[in-house]
Amino acid sequence: MSSLLEVSGVFVSFDGFKAINNLSFSIDTGEMRAIIGPNGAGKTTFMDIVTGKTRPDEGKVVWGSDNVSLLKMSESQIARAGVGRKFQRPTVFEDQSVRENLAMALRNKRSPFSVLMYRKTHQDAARIDDLAEEIGLTADLKRRSGDLSHGQKQWLEIGMLLAQDPQLLLIDEPAAGMTVAERDHTTEILKQAAKTRAVVVVEHDMDFVRKLDCKVTVLHEGSVLAEGSLDHVTQNQDVIDVYLGR
Amino acid sequence: MERSFFARSPSVLIFISMLALFTLLVTVLSEGMGGEVISTSMVKTLGKTLCLCLVAIAMDLVWGYCGILSLGHFAFFGLGGYMIGMWLMYARTEIIVAASLANTELPPTPQEIKDAIGTQIFGVVGGSDFPMIWAFADSLALQLLFVVAVPGLLALIFGWLAFRSRVTGVYLSILTQAMTLALALHLFQNDSGLRGNNGLSGLQNIPGAQDIPQSVLSVWFLWASAFALGLGYILSAWVVSGKFGSVVRGIRDDEARVRFLGYHVESYKLVVFTLTAVIAAIAGALYYPQAGIINPAEIAPIASIYLAVWVAIGGRGRIYGAVIGAAFVSLLSTWFTGGQAPNIDLGFYEVRWTDWWLVLLGLSFVVVTLLAPKGIGGMFDRLVRK
Repeated sequence: MSSLLEVSGVFVSFDGFKAINNLSFSIDTGEMRAIIGPNGAGKTTFMDIVTGKTRPDEGKVVWGSDNVSLLKMSESQIARAGVGRKFQRPTVFEDQSVRENLAMALRNKRSPFSVLMYRKTHQDAARIDDLAEEIGLTADLKRRSGDLSHGQKQWLEIGMLLAQDPQLLLIDEPAAGMTVAERDHTTEILKQAAKTRAVVVVEHDMDFVRKLDCKVTVLHEGSVLAEGSLDHVTQNQDVIDVYLGR
Repeated sequence: MERSFFARSPSVLIFISMLALFTLLVTVLSEGMGGEVISTSMVKTLGKTLCLCLVAIAMDLVWGYCGILSLGHFAFFGLGGYMIGMWLMYARTEIIVAASLANTELPPTPQEIKDAIGTQIFGVVGGSDFPMIWAFADSLALQLLFVVAVPGLLALIFGWLAFRSRVTGVYLSILTQAMTLALALHLFQNDSGLRGNNGLSGLQNIPGAQDIPQSVLSVWFLWASAFALGLGYILSAWVVSGKFGSVVRGIRDDEARVRFLGYHVESYKLVVFTLTAVIAAIAGALYYPQAGIINPAEIAPIASIYLAVWVAIGGRGRIYGAVIGAAFVSLLSTWFTGGQAPNIDLGFYEVRWTDWWLVLLGLSFVVVTLLAPKGIGGMFDRLVRK
C-alpha cells in the first residue's frame, strides 16, 4: 500500500518546551490507526500540525499520491484536500439543526459566491439521509443540535466529517464521556468509516482501542516510542515504563 | 424539492406588508398629500427612521449573524451621505450662482461660474478652489456610483487587511472604531475638502425640484426610504436563509470549526463586511437629504456604538429585531431629546429628559443585556412560538 500521509523529522517547540521531537511515521491509504500516549505526549499537537493549525519548526508533512506538502496550505485548503478533523470536545453548531450541520459539511463548492447561489439537490438530500442513518440520527434531523445528548453530538460531528468525504479522518478521543452502549456504536461507526478511508484515532481508553483492533502507535515526549499491534506494544518494556505501568 | 424562499422566511412577507401599510398611511395623512395630520418634519423623521432601520439591518448582518462587532458601520453610512451631499450641494449652488450671474451685462464664462460656485461652497473654510475629490461633483450618476463604491472599497481594503491577519473579537472592534475615529478627525479638518466641521448643508433642497414644496419632497423620500428598506430586508433575509447563512452563523459560533470544514472564513467575513458597508452607505445617502445637513460629528464613533445598542436592544440574529430596535430606540430618542417628554418634578430635583435620556438608554441596554439577551425580538419569538 502507498502511504497517504507521511510525517518525517518534525520538531515543534512552544516557548522552549519541545512538544514534538523528531516525530516520524506514516499512515497508509485506507488504514485504521490508533495513537496512544500519556498527557503531553504530543498527540493533539500532531493533529494541529497535520490540519495546519500549528506550523512546525522543522520537518516535512507530505500528503497523498502526489506528495504535496501540507505545510504551505491553510486550514481550509487542507480540509478541502481531504483531511477531516474531529476535536476532543464535540464541536457542532449548536444553534443549527442536525440537517443544517450535515449540509454545511457536505462535499460541495465552498467559495462564498457558489454557497450563496447553492440550491439543494436530490443527491445532497439523499446523502444527508444516508449519513443520518449511518450515525443513528435519522429521527433527529430537524432537532437543534445543541439539544442533542453528548454522545449524539459526537456522532453528529463524525457524521459531518464523513459528509466532507475525506481520505483521512483524524479523531481526537471519540469515546470520552460516553456510556458503554454509546462506545459500541462509536466503534461501529469508525470501523465502517475505515472501510473506505484512513482513520486515525487518538485515544486514552485501552478497552476502546482494543475494540478498534488496529495498528497502534505509542507517542511519548513528542516522538514515536513503539508501533505495532496492541498486544505487541503493551508488552514493550519502554511503553510499560512510561505509560501503562504508572 | 426546496421550499420557496418566502416559505422559509415568513417574516419577510409580514414585514413587507406592514412597511407598505405604514408608508401608505403616512402618505395619506401627510401634510404634503393633503392629510394635514402628520407634519412635514414628522414625515422627515419617519423617513429618516426607515433609513436607520436599514443601517441597523446591515449591522445585524455583520454582528448578529457573522459575529463581527463592527464599530464602523455608521462611518460607511456617513460616507454615503457625503457622497450624495457633494452632488446636492454642487448642483444646487450652480443653479443659484447661474441665476445671480444671469443679470450681468456680459454672460459669465464657465470658469467664472465654477469660481463663483467654489467661493460659495468653500468660502466658509476660507477657500474657493475645488479640491480633487470634487472633480465629479457635477455628475449625479458618478456621485451615485461613489455612494456605493467609496464605502465599499474602504470596507474591502480595511476588511481584507484585518481579516487576513485574523484579528477577531474585541480587537477587531477596536480597530474598526479607530478607523471611524480617524475618518471623523480627518473630516473635521478644514482642508479635508469637505468643509470641515461645517459639513455639507442645504441638502434638503433637491436641484431640479425647486418648485416642489418640501412637504411633497418629504413624502417622496419616505417612499424611497421605504423601498430601500424593503429591498434591504428581502436581500438580507435571502442571504441568511440558505446555506450561506448557515456558514456565516457557523463562523459567529465557532470560526475554527468552519475553517476545518474547508471554508475560507476570511472571504466570507469580507463578503459580509463589504456588503453591509454598501447597505449602510445607501441608507446614509437616503438619510441625509432628509436631514438636510451632514457634518463629521455624525460619523463620530459614538454613532456606531448607538447602532450596536439599537441592534442589541432589538435582538441580534433576527432581521426584524434590528428594525424594531432601530425604530423603537431612535424614535424614543427623538421624543425624549426633542423636549416633548414631560419633565418629572420631584420637588427637590427636576428630571429633565433631555439630560436623563442617555442614562435611561444606557440602563435599558444593561437591563436588556442581562435579562433579555435576545432583545425585544427575542420576546417576540417567544410569543409567536406559544
